[in-house]
Amino acid sequence: MTERPLSPHLQIYKWQITMALSILHRATGVALSIGLFVMTWWLMAAAMGPEAYQNFRDIASSPLGLIVLAGWSFALFFHTCSGIRHIVMDMGKLFTIPEIYKGGYTVIIAAVVLTLAFWIAVVGA
Amino acid sequence: MGAPLVKSKKFGLKHPLARARGLGSAHEGLHHWISQRVTAVLLLPLTVWLCWSMVGIAHMDHATFVAWLSQPWNTILMVLTVGTMFYHAVLGNQVVIEDYIHTEGLMIAKMLAMRFVYLIAGIACIYAILKVAL
Repeated sequence: MTERPLSPHLQIYKWQITMALSILHRATGVALSIGLFVMTWWLMAAAMGPEAYQNFRDIASSPLGLIVLAGWSFALFFHTCSGIRHIVMDMGKLFTIPEIYKGGYTVIIAAVVLTLAFWIAVVGA
Repeated sequence: MGAPLVKSKKFGLKHPLARARGLGSAHEGLHHWISQRVTAVLLLPLTVWLCWSMVGIAHMDHATFVAWLSQPWNTILMVLTVGTMFYHAVLGNQVVIEDYIHTEGLMIAKMLAMRFVYLIAGIACIYAILKVAL
């Protein structure tokens, strides 16, 4: 450890929605990019034939598979909604404190609602 | 403010700005930033299409999925979606590696490895789509 005084780091600060959404945007982005390998597996299974495809479907519809897919779908909807917020902020909008909070909570609620709607649609189809 | 004076063998005692001046601009400083946002905007309608389609795909067996993916617009949109997603993912991973890996050699190694792995997976996806569809 250094002797000189250090500026306060992450653990000092109270968690706020701004920093939580910021890191969650990055975390879901990383999760989704790892998920691309599952997508590769899915498409390659389709290319390899009916047996390989059925094998993928069995694993994907197992309890563990469904948990991973549910998490991935939430990551996708969150990253998409949060991404829209980032694009709006890139245009210099939504920067007052009330707007930041309103926008932040809207993103979380929208992501949860979209995830639920997606899975209700999948189960109902 | 005031940037520190850096003494180096190559440049002597020079202000960083003076060192940078005259070296010219690569003229692509914004390329990454713009590409990330253009792919993000492109991914919006593509993600809506993919999720919409996925509701049906989730219940398809191999033969039904092959028939679905063989529809020309489904093939085209799937290749576009996968390609854009991989490009967007590489841009995002690049920023994460740049932010968290501080050793230059290790950073370059990880960057190349990441790009190579996504290149292989991306090619595999597009190969698979075209093999199924054509």
